[in-house]
Amino acid sequence: MKEYKSTGNKDTRSGFGAGLTELGRKNPNVVALCADLVGSLKMQDFIDENPERFFQVGIAEANMMGMAAGLTIGGKIPFAGTFANFATGRVYDQIRQSIAYSGKNVKICASHSGVTLGEDGATHQILEDLGLMKMLPGMTVINTCDYNQTKAATLAIAEHEGPVYLRFGRPKVANFTPEDQKFEIGKAVQLYEGSDVTILATGHLVWEAIQAAVELNEKGISAEVIDIHTIKPLDEEAIINSVKKTGCVVTAEEHNFLGGLGESVARTLAENHPAPQEFVATQDTFGESGTPEQLMEKYGLNAAAIIKAAEKVLKRK
Amino acid sequence: MPDINELQKFATQVRRDILRQVHKVNSGHPGGSLGCTEFFTALYKVVMDYKTDFDMDGIGEDLFFLSNGHISPVYYSVLARSGFFPVEELNTFRLINSRLQGHPTTHEGLPGIRIASGSLGQGMSVAFGAAQAKKLNNDDHLVFSLHGDGELQEGQNWEAIMYAAAKNIDNIIATVDHNGQQIDGSTETVLPMGDLKAKFLAFGWDVMEIKDGNDLQQVIDGLNEAKSRTGKGKPVCILMKTVMGHGVDFMMHTHAWHGKAPNDEQLEKALAQNPETLGDY
Repeated sequence: MKEYKSTGNKDTRSGFGAGLTELGRKNPNVVALCADLVGSLKMQDFIDENPERFFQVGIAEANMMGMAAGLTIGGKIPFAGTFANFATGRVYDQIRQSIAYSGKNVKICASHSGVTLGEDGATHQILEDLGLMKMLPGMTVINTCDYNQTKAATLAIAEHEGPVYLRFGRPKVANFTPEDQKFEIGKAVQLYEGSDVTILATGHLVWEAIQAAVELNEKGISAEVIDIHTIKPLDEEAIINSVKKTGCVVTAEEHNFLGGLGESVARTLAENHPAPQEFVATQDTFGESGTPEQLMEKYGLNAAAIIKAAEKVLKRK
Repeated sequence: MPDINELQKFATQVRRDILRQVHKVNSGHPGGSLGCTEFFTALYKVVMDYKTDFDMDGIGEDLFFLSNGHISPVYYSVLARSGFFPVEELNTFRLINSRLQGHPTTHEGLPGIRIASGSLGQGMSVAFGAAQAKKLNNDDHLVFSLHGDGELQEGQNWEAIMYAAAKNIDNIIATVDHNGQQIDGSTETVLPMGDLKAKFLAFGWDVMEIKDGNDLQQVIDGLNEAKSRTGKGKPVCILMKTVMGHGVDFMMHTHAWHGKAPNDEQLEKALAQNPETLGDY
């Protein structure tokens, strides 16, 4: 069984910052906006190198989204950054009308998603953002798993014409994907080939899925693990082909089980190849304060939860 | 500049277009549209430097953003009669499969429109983004925008108003259609906004007033004066007093025609008050 090694824990938001800095050097049309969270979004290097291409809007996210839409009129590629909660729910109507419906080339870059934001608690921990964004026609929705993938995705979305929601997080997580990877929007990445159960994971739960697959293998269960970094458009072909082989599926995400990856997978399978499915996700609840590890344990968002779900779904085959 | 009498005829034709569009589908917003006829006429026939060979990025030309998108009938009429799309297309207003949606949108690819509007309060932010893009592109053309006064009740405007002055966006002219009416009644009865001039001044804007926004010469002069005030470090605001429903006596001075269409008899009466045609579509 292939061994995935982490080169050390790094935060995905720093991958975004590094990608944005690189973009600043190579694409003069890239501009950035932030609503008083430059440090949290790791945007300072871009700002230092391109002060004229950065717009500090203050604590005013609605204005930020509107300005981002306006900046595209003139050929700019705006990257608007703030916490996932304020980048989606707070400004849903602004994104809907001025960005998505208007077909504007805005990249909404959302950090601190999910419960692993930690001690700040539920007011800041959005678990509904993937659902909100994927329901908008024309919106591409990406949730990356580690530092390297987040950096690669940041570079890739600048080349993609149209609105994108890029979601990443606060805590340091294992950095295990290749540094030189090519990020293809909408193309799932198979990490393990397996025959008993398919595990479809997104975000930092991809690393947890790898740990789960190793432990399941020791128990004699062969798990196929696929990194679904793009929630929309979903790589339906990869999902259907895998589930045709294994006959059951576990989806894993740091998001409410309503509206997230799991539901997209369930719809795809219902239409093409119905199969038993278990959802590793939060169960229609708000989060709370705690360390990321404590919260992942409490809300069932780790390798242990994935193993339990895999064993359960196998019995339903 | 075209002769003022010719411009008046154009404005009268636009009024006819507004009334006929709304009447045909028995829906739409004639009141605010009629009130802003002189503004649109002045903007598109005299003041703005634009290309009818429409390009979304609009580099090297003045741009206009309509924030209060419900007054689409006046916008569509003036765009069509300025050469952006065939005048006959006004026949499709609010009908299925039309590019002339109830509220303006880029979604159907209508030349002249660069942003969807209708959900109120978003246009000023968009205009500022476009104005910032002009600066980055070393494009010294201007950005114009129009907002309803009732629309200023939306908080996003005040985020934007604060931003524009703080960041010295001085290539923008934001006009407020100050007609004192909104759907549920007068702005004074629904939610009084106090002294708008004092508010914009307090936020650091250069504020002008057009006392009669239905006097074409006053609107032209006011917009030209506003142009001369750009480039001086401050965003420019025009508070333009208009009468909702202007040009049709029974629609004036009331919010009743904000979003109501005239019946056959009312249409004839209204058209008779605006007899000058350049050729109905």
